Amino acid sequence: MTRTAGEMTPATSKGPDVTTTQTKTPEQAEGPRPLSAREGAGGDKIFSGAALAAGAIILVVLFAVAVFLIAQALPALVAPQDQIAGGKGFWAYILPLVIGTVIAAVIALVIATPISIGVALFISHYAPREIAQILGYVIDLLAAIPSVVFGAWGISFLAPALVPGYNWLSSTLGWIPIFAGPPSATGKTIMTASVVLAVMIIPIITSISREIFLQTPKLHEEAALALGATRWEMVKMAVFPFARPGVISAVMLGLGRALGETMAVALVLSSGPLLASLIKSGNQTIAAEIALNFPEASGLSLSTLIAAGLVLFVITLVVNVVARWVISRHKEFSGAN
Amino acid sequence: MSKRIDVKDLNVYYGNFLAVEGVNINIAARSVTAFIGPSGCGKSTFLRTLNRMHEVLPGARVEGEVLLDGDDLYGSGVDPVAVRTHVGMVFQRPNPFPTMSIRDNVLAGVKLNGKRISKSDAEGLVESSLRGANLWNEVKDRLDKPGSGLSGGQQQRLCIARAIAVKPDVILMDEPCSALDPISTLAIEDLIEELKANYTVVIVTHNMQQAARVSDKTAFFNIAGTGKPGKLIEYAATTEIFNNPKVKATEDYVSGRFG
Repeated sequence: MTRTAGEMTPATSKGPDVTTTQTKTPEQAEGPRPLSAREGAGGDKIFSGAALAAGAIILVVLFAVAVFLIAQALPALVAPQDQIAGGKGFWAYILPLVIGTVIAAVIALVIATPISIGVALFISHYAPREIAQILGYVIDLLAAIPSVVFGAWGISFLAPALVPGYNWLSSTLGWIPIFAGPPSATGKTIMTASVVLAVMIIPIITSISREIFLQTPKLHEEAALALGATRWEMVKMAVFPFARPGVISAVMLGLGRALGETMAVALVLSSGPLLASLIKSGNQTIAAEIALNFPEASGLSLSTLIAAGLVLFVITLVVNVVARWVISRHKEFSGAN
Repeated sequence: MSKRIDVKDLNVYYGNFLAVEGVNINIAARSVTAFIGPSGCGKSTFLRTLNRMHEVLPGARVEGEVLLDGDDLYGSGVDPVAVRTHVGMVFQRPNPFPTMSIRDNVLAGVKLNGKRISKSDAEGLVESSLRGANLWNEVKDRLDKPGSGLSGGQQQRLCIARAIAVKPDVILMDEPCSALDPISTLAIEDLIEELKANYTVVIVTHNMQQAARVSDKTAFFNIAGTGKPGKLIEYAATTEIFNNPKVKATEDYVSGRFG
């Protein structure tokens, strides 16, 4: 695209030059203006080159990462089963981690998405301007807190605080496998990790959603109000449909962070084998597994961890492709036409 | 059902700024009334007070009375949301909901406030509303397509269909043709003539020929200078305003000497 635009511009601006030089001032002191050299054409070339380079770098980096991961992971993928940690081969090793990662991220999303959308909507359409501004700043500040701080908060405050809740869950809802007891006495469970992850991704989803809600065309909001819509109906009619693709992107960004988050999970979760119960110690995510084991890893165990990284990479890629597909499904009704 | 509008001593404020001052006007049922005047004279602001749409802006308030068949729109206990179901509005730029089909756009207002409507009633209402907006024949085969795929003039008629689907008493139009080509404008003007049979129509327009073509009565608004409030200068039968205005400013404006 950039290149075509660059080539088109000189062609179109030559036209007027020709007519003026020929009809009005054929024998000017400086002579006819040349058709070829045009001031600013250099800038065009530099810009289009820079844009192309920037675009290419992204692809190159992505490609390089993929190649590195595959090359380094290969030994683990082809190694005999009994040499991999756990002794049952790579896939048996990675599957519980994949499930743990997905569970933690999904729970985090389930908690964070409604809260984020609610807060964003409050800021954009309900709160008085001063409160909205303050709240906006606070949300952006939350996004800037390093994950290790969230992790520390998770162990020292959140985990103990959730223990009574876990006790209650296991005694009343213990017949559901995910709440089966006995619950962890320290509260360092995958549920706690998920809550920490949720707190971490709320600011991301909130601030992107808020920006998108604010961009809803006044025209459509007024259309809804003029039909006799209440404020909430106006939001459902005009704001949500407009914001839908953007909010999905925001949620996907949040999911990306939840899937890849390392430090907070490594600190909060007392890891172990895959368990159905979310309130016992156990389970592990890929990112935390890599971080905890990487310092002592070498040779085949290093390859195994890198292969785990490759799997995480693929999961994230799949999630993003699915999100794109969901967004594009309603293109005809997006209002872009 | 068409209702008359009586406005008594209406002042419109945005915060402390007095935007429109001292408007008294009586608009008959089943008539077309045009508001004309230079930009910034408060005619759109005043129009919006007739269905309380000006309240969308924070700090907007009014003093005085707006009576719809004798009921004060600003009386205590009056819900602006309910007011707007009685007084519909069509905007300057066509604004169908982009994510909705043509059918859903027409039904958008009908389904509000938790109201349910049977499928056959809905089909009937879609057809009658689109026929009422002279759009049925153009869209009857593509009711499930997005409303944003129509041309500008068709979109504006879709908005009119959406407004009449909720069976209002009054339809307000805020420069409904300013974003349209002449052919589409003509279609809307013809439609306004037809709407008069069932509704009270109030239209703001910058186009004086349009006011002369469509309206029974015309109100001229003017402003003394920037920062001063807009006022209703003259209100009379349209032929009167254009051929024999009583006030000098009206004459200057309609004869094109300013504005």
